[in-house]
Amino acid sequence: MKMSKKTKTVLYILLGIMTLYFLAPFIYMFFSTFKTEAEAVAYPPRFFPEKWLWTNYVDAWRSQEFGTFLWNSIIVTVCTTAGQIIACSLTAYGFARYQFKGKNVIFIILLSTMMIPWDVTMIPQYMEFQMLNWINTLKPLIIPALFGSAYYVFLMRQFLMGVPKDFEEAARIDGANAFQIYYKIFLPILKPQLILVGVLNMLTVWNDYLGPLIFLQDRSKFTLALGLASFKGVHNTQIIPMLCITVVMIIPPILVFIFAQKYIVEGTSGAIK
Amino acid sequence: MKKKQLIKKATPYLFISPWVIGFLLFTAGPLLLSLIMSFFNWPIIGDSSFIGMGNYVEMFTQDSQFWKSMVLTLKYAAIFVPLNLGIALFLAMLITQPIRGVKVFRTIFYLPAVVSGVAISILWKWILNGDYGILNYLLSLIGIEGPKWLVDPAWALFAVILASAFGVGTMMLIFYTDIKNIPIELYEAASLDGASPARQFFSITLPIITPTILFNVITSMVSAFQQLTLVMLLTGGGPLKSTYFYGMFVYDNAFKHRRLGYASANAWIMFIIILLLTSLVFKSSSAWVYYGTEVKTAKGGKKK
Repeated sequence: MKMSKKTKTVLYILLGIMTLYFLAPFIYMFFSTFKTEAEAVAYPPRFFPEKWLWTNYVDAWRSQEFGTFLWNSIIVTVCTTAGQIIACSLTAYGFARYQFKGKNVIFIILLSTMMIPWDVTMIPQYMEFQMLNWINTLKPLIIPALFGSAYYVFLMRQFLMGVPKDFEEAARIDGANAFQIYYKIFLPILKPQLILVGVLNMLTVWNDYLGPLIFLQDRSKFTLALGLASFKGVHNTQIIPMLCITVVMIIPPILVFIFAQKYIVEGTSGAIK
Repeated sequence: MKKKQLIKKATPYLFISPWVIGFLLFTAGPLLLSLIMSFFNWPIIGDSSFIGMGNYVEMFTQDSQFWKSMVLTLKYAAIFVPLNLGIALFLAMLITQPIRGVKVFRTIFYLPAVVSGVAISILWKWILNGDYGILNYLLSLIGIEGPKWLVDPAWALFAVILASAFGVGTMMLIFYTDIKNIPIELYEAASLDGASPARQFFSITLPIITPTILFNVITSMVSAFQQLTLVMLLTGGGPLKSTYFYGMFVYDNAFKHRRLGYASANAWIMFIIILLLTSLVFKSSSAWVYYGTEVKTAKGGKKK
């Protein structure tokens, strides 16, 4: 289809306006992290800092135990991602490639758990973890994820359903057992979905605020998201350090997204079919 | 031989066991416990006592905050869902146009969706600041005196909506992939028949994506009801509880007022309302969702 020049101009103007809304706040924030505290709250505000204070980042990072927070975030993110990938792929494989009694009922239960608001389970979960002495440790944030999440199972199962029926027959004739077939044949096929689920989980866990808020108490256990959110309590008037840490915190998700963009776009397409 | 048969029978259950165990331990168990707790007076520390429907009665007849938060959340959902749907669809239409550089825009529009709610709230709190925020400065350049967004009860809800629309990228991407899959021949045929772009949108694009609209309505409704992070950090439920959403009401009852039984009852009411609304939307869908099997087949054929 050909487009007139006028239509194209209108389209680019619209795209430009939307870019302003979605991107300009980040860019403005980034430039502001180099300002002095006085500049950050000056009116009228200025876009660029007068002097580029690179040391703002160092000061912000040192103002609290952000190294510890970062380490906690990394532990939680890495452990849950590994756990989700293993648990969800096993479960999805069972649902997609086997017939068994109760399969449909269990699968419907799986789908309906996605509708349960977190508010309903958070209170008894809190009590459960208290009973297990898990409160104020990273366990409540990690261990449930090792058993998989319904949405990720669903994403992988949809994908595996599309693989031709007689795919594993050859391997079975060769004498491979069920686990070998899963491991050697289906995991490699599932790679794009493994990446998709891995990335989605990384983003969710890295950004999670409510889980850490409820289950963690000591600052030494905080994740980066919780540490950043509790920042204002410590330094009430300081904006610059908060913006610096915010920038640090959003860089990993943005990088991950840019690298994995292809999988997210394709995965979204597969899920709604 | 018998043992082998047994193994064969057990295999599928072994594969799905991770999720099933997790479900029993961290979803079904808590769900049941939560239901039981909702009939108890259950403080965090100390003995709990059975009070029957007491929590539910109190909620509906004595707690005015329950109604206020409920109405506020419904109001928020009523604005948030159509607004986000509209923006997402608009963006998706923009980035499916055959012009250069749209992929870059796709990335830009999706970016805020990968950023933490904590970061988003810090960012917007600073931008919306009534004294030195850049938004009011920009507004003043075109002669508008901006309100004190987060301090003025009349504007705080609007500020929350503005910040939450920032994460519209996920929904946009779902629309995008759906629109991308519509066979181009449909548009070419319509063009030959002299249909205008607007006509093509309403007669081709919109009907085909109605199942996706349904999906997005439901997921955004569910997330609107559970909105908590953003209000907690952006406005703290204030000013004057003007953004004290239902999610925050439940959270405070549980962890601030330490009334676990009452908060469980609150949460169950939320769950029931979500289920009711979802089934209502589903019921209505037969009137407006179009499942064109012919088109679907054509789509599948084209992809392979």
